[in-house]
Amino acid sequence: MTGATLRHAGWILRGNPLTGVAAAGVLLLMFIAIAGPSIVPYDPIVSDVPHALVPPSAAHLAGTDQLGRDVFSRLIVAARLDLAIAVSAVGISFAIGAVIGAICGYAGGRLDRSVGRLVDVLMAFPLFVLAMAMVAAFGNRVENIVIATAFINLPFYIRFARAEVNVRRNLGWVEAARACGDSHLSVVLRFLLPNVLPAMAVQISLNLGWAILNAAGLSFIGLGVKPPTPEWGIMVAEGARFISAGKWWLVAFPGLALMLAVLCFNLLGDGVRDILDPRMRT
Amino acid sequence: MTSSLLALSDLHVTFSTRRGLVEAVRGVTLSLGEGEMLGLVGESGSGKSVTGFAITRLLDVAGRITGGHILFRGQDITKIPDSDFRGLQGTAMAMIFQNPRAALNPIRAIGEQIADAISAHRPMARGQARAETLRLLRAVQIRDPEQRLTAYPHELSGGMCQRVMIAMAISCNPALLIADEPTTGLDVTTQRVVLELLTGIAADRGMATILITHDLGLAARYCHRVVVMEQGRLVEEAEPKILFRAPRHPYTKRLVAASPTASSRISDLVADEERGPCVAVRVAPRPPPEPGTPPLLEVQKLAKRFDQGPPAVADFSMMINPGESVGLVGESGSGKSTTSRMICRLIDPSEGAINFAGQSIGHIPARDFHRSPFRKDIQIVFQDPNDSLNPRFTAFDCIAHPLLRLCGIRSGGDLRQRVEECAERVGLPLDLLTRFPHQLSGGQKARVGIARAIACRPRLLVLDEPTAALDVSVQAVVLQLLDRLRREDDLAFLFVSHDLNVVRMMCDRTIVLRNGRIVEQGDSRAMFDNPQTAYTRELVEAVPHIETRLAATAT
Repeated sequence: MTGATLRHAGWILRGNPLTGVAAAGVLLLMFIAIAGPSIVPYDPIVSDVPHALVPPSAAHLAGTDQLGRDVFSRLIVAARLDLAIAVSAVGISFAIGAVIGAICGYAGGRLDRSVGRLVDVLMAFPLFVLAMAMVAAFGNRVENIVIATAFINLPFYIRFARAEVNVRRNLGWVEAARACGDSHLSVVLRFLLPNVLPAMAVQISLNLGWAILNAAGLSFIGLGVKPPTPEWGIMVAEGARFISAGKWWLVAFPGLALMLAVLCFNLLGDGVRDILDPRMRT
Repeated sequence: MTSSLLALSDLHVTFSTRRGLVEAVRGVTLSLGEGEMLGLVGESGSGKSVTGFAITRLLDVAGRITGGHILFRGQDITKIPDSDFRGLQGTAMAMIFQNPRAALNPIRAIGEQIADAISAHRPMARGQARAETLRLLRAVQIRDPEQRLTAYPHELSGGMCQRVMIAMAISCNPALLIADEPTTGLDVTTQRVVLELLTGIAADRGMATILITHDLGLAARYCHRVVVMEQGRLVEEAEPKILFRAPRHPYTKRLVAASPTASSRISDLVADEERGPCVAVRVAPRPPPEPGTPPLLEVQKLAKRFDQGPPAVADFSMMINPGESVGLVGESGSGKSTTSRMICRLIDPSEGAINFAGQSIGHIPARDFHRSPFRKDIQIVFQDPNDSLNPRFTAFDCIAHPLLRLCGIRSGGDLRQRVEECAERVGLPLDLLTRFPHQLSGGQKARVGIARAIACRPRLLVLDEPTAALDVSVQAVVLQLLDRLRREDDLAFLFVSHDLNVVRMMCDRTIVLRNGRIVEQGDSRAMFDNPQTAYTRELVEAVPHIETRLAATAT
C-alpha cells in the first residue's frame, strides 16, 4: 500500500512540480522551526549596539537591527514561534470546526440552521478586528493569539465540513454503515469525517499560511508577542520605523519570510488533496 | 449502400489516459440510410457512446479519431475544419443525451433554450421564434405549450425534459439524430412514451436515427437494424428479429441469453465468465419453522409523511414468510425506497406497525435500532454499487464491518476466516479483498455489497434495485448469485425494483406500488401474465421485450 501511495505521490508531483517545490519549502520551514535556535550564528536577543543597523554582509546575511541584533538569526528563531502559533490555531479550529460542521451537515434540520446562522453572525464581523478585540480583552499572551486565531477560523471549517458531509449523507455507504450497526455519531466520526479529510487538507494548508499572517498582523499592531521575542510581525513593525532612513533590510527580510511561508502553504494545498484522495489512485 | 446518409469506415478512436493510449473504438464500419433507425447496442465500455460522439465531434479533449473516415452525405467530415462542421451540427445532425435534466441549462426557461437552438442556425424575429418554439413543443406533445414556455427545467419531469431536448434537436430539421441512452433513468412508461414520440417524429420527417442503448429489448422494439458492439469492435449486425432469434457471434449470444424476458427463469440466464470460485455454504441449516410461528415480517398500515405534500407511503400492509421472496415494484416517486428503508429501520414510519418474527420493531426509533438484536437479521443491499462502499475502506474492511459491529467477532484470525468465507460465497476472488472500491469493477463491487449484507446471516434481505446500475451480463450473474444465496440459507427477500422482468424471475409474490399506495399484489407470474388493474397492465406493456426466447439454449 505504501509503495502505491508513493508512486501515486510521484505521479502527482510530475504533473504539478510546484507542489514539490512547495512541499520542500514547508519541510525546510519545519526543519528551521525545530532546529532554529541551535543553528543560528548569533544570539537573537542580546543586543550589540556598536554594530547597529549594519546592511547585509557576509557576517550578517540580513544585516542587523537598531540594537545590533542579527536579523538573519532572529528570522530563523522566529520561525518556531510563528509556525507553532499557526499550527496550533489551525489544529484547534480544524478539530472543533470539522466535528461541528460534520454533525450539522449530517443532522440537518434545526441544529443545522441554528449553527449556520451563528456562523453567519460570526462572519459578519471583520475577522481581524474580532481577533484584535479578543487578544485585547483576554491579554497579550501567545495562548490568546492562538485562541483568537482559532476562533476566527472556525466558521470556515464548520461551513466546509458541513457542505462536504451534506452531499455525502445520503450515499449508499452511509446508509450501509447504519445497517451494519453504527450509530449516527459513529457514522459521522468514523465514516464521513475521514472521507472529507482530503478536501479539508486543502483548506488546512491554505489556512496555515493565513494563520501565520494573522499572528504576524496581531504582533505588528502590538497585540501579540512582545519584544524582544523574535517574531516576524514584530520585526516588520520595528523595522517600519527605519524604512524612511533607507534601512530596508529590517522590513524586507521578515516580509520575505512571511511571504514565502504563506506561498508554500498555499501551493501545497492542491497537491495535498490530489495525493490524499484514494479515488485519484488507479 | 451507395445512397447512405452516413457511412463509417474502419473508424478508430483513441484516448490518451494516465496509463497510456486506450483504443475505445477499434475499426467500426457501418452505414445508415436516409430515414433509417439504427440501434447501437453494447455494454458499458463497448465504445458505443464514443462512436456517437466521434460522429458529432463531441469527443472530449483526450479523445482523437486516429483512423478511418466518417462520410456524411458523401463528405468526409473527419477532414473538414471546425468552422464548417459547426454548420452541420444542429442543421444536419443533432444529438440527445442520457440525462436530459443535466443537459438543459437550469437557469433559463425552456422556451428561451429552444428559441436559442432555432436562432443559432436560422436567425429570425422574436415573435417568429416564439411561434416556431410553440410548434416544436406541440410536435413533442407537450401539453399547454404556452404555459410551458416559461418553465424551468427543474419544474418539469425527466420525461418532459427529454421531450424538450428532442424539440431542440429537431428544431432545424436535421437529417441525422443520435440519441445516446435517451431513456435510461426514466420510468418504463415514460420510456415508452418518449421513444414512441421519437420514432414517430423520425418517421414523419424522414430523419435517420441512431439509438445508442444498453437495452436489447429497447433496440429490438424500435429499430430497423441493430449493431452490437463489444470492446470497441462491431461484432454483429442484423435485423432485430434475426439478431435476437439467432445470434451468431458468441458475445451477442451471451448478451441475448443474459437479458431477462417475460418468460425466462433464473437458471435460463447465462452468466459470463467473470464468476469467481463460488463455494457452497458451510453454514448450518436453520431449524425448520414450527407450525404456528408468526411470519418473518409483518407490516401493518405503514405510512410515512414528510414535511409537506401528500404522504410518501400510506396504508401499506404486507407480510413475508421465512425464505420467501417478495417483489416491490413501482415507478420513481412511488415510495418503494421509502418503504424499504422503513422496513430496514433506517428511517422511522409516521404510523403503522412493523413486526419481525412476532416482535414489534416498529416502535424502536431508527436512531437506536443499531443496538437492537434484530439489526443483524435485517440487512440491505443498495442500488448503486459505486456509491454503496466507503471509498476509504478496502473490500475486506467493508465485509468485516458488520461482523465486527453486529456479530461481536474480535480476534483477527476469526475475522479473516469469516470475511474470506463470505467472499467465497459471493464468488469474490480473495486477492481482491485488499482493493479499494475504485479499483473494482461494477460487478465486483456488487458482490462486496452482497457479501457485506449476508455476513451476519440475516433472515431478511432488502434489495434496493440491486442490479439497476449493472450491465445485463453482470446483472445475470448477480441475480443468480442472489437466488442461490436465498436457497442456501432460507433467506427472505424484499426485492425492490422497477424492472418487471427481473422481479418476475426473482420473486414469488409481487406488490405494485403507485403514489405510495398498493395498487395490486399477488403471485408474480399470474399477476404479470394477467394484470387486474389498468396501472399494472400499463407497466407490463411498457416493458420492451426481446420477442423470442430461442437464444437461451444456443450456448
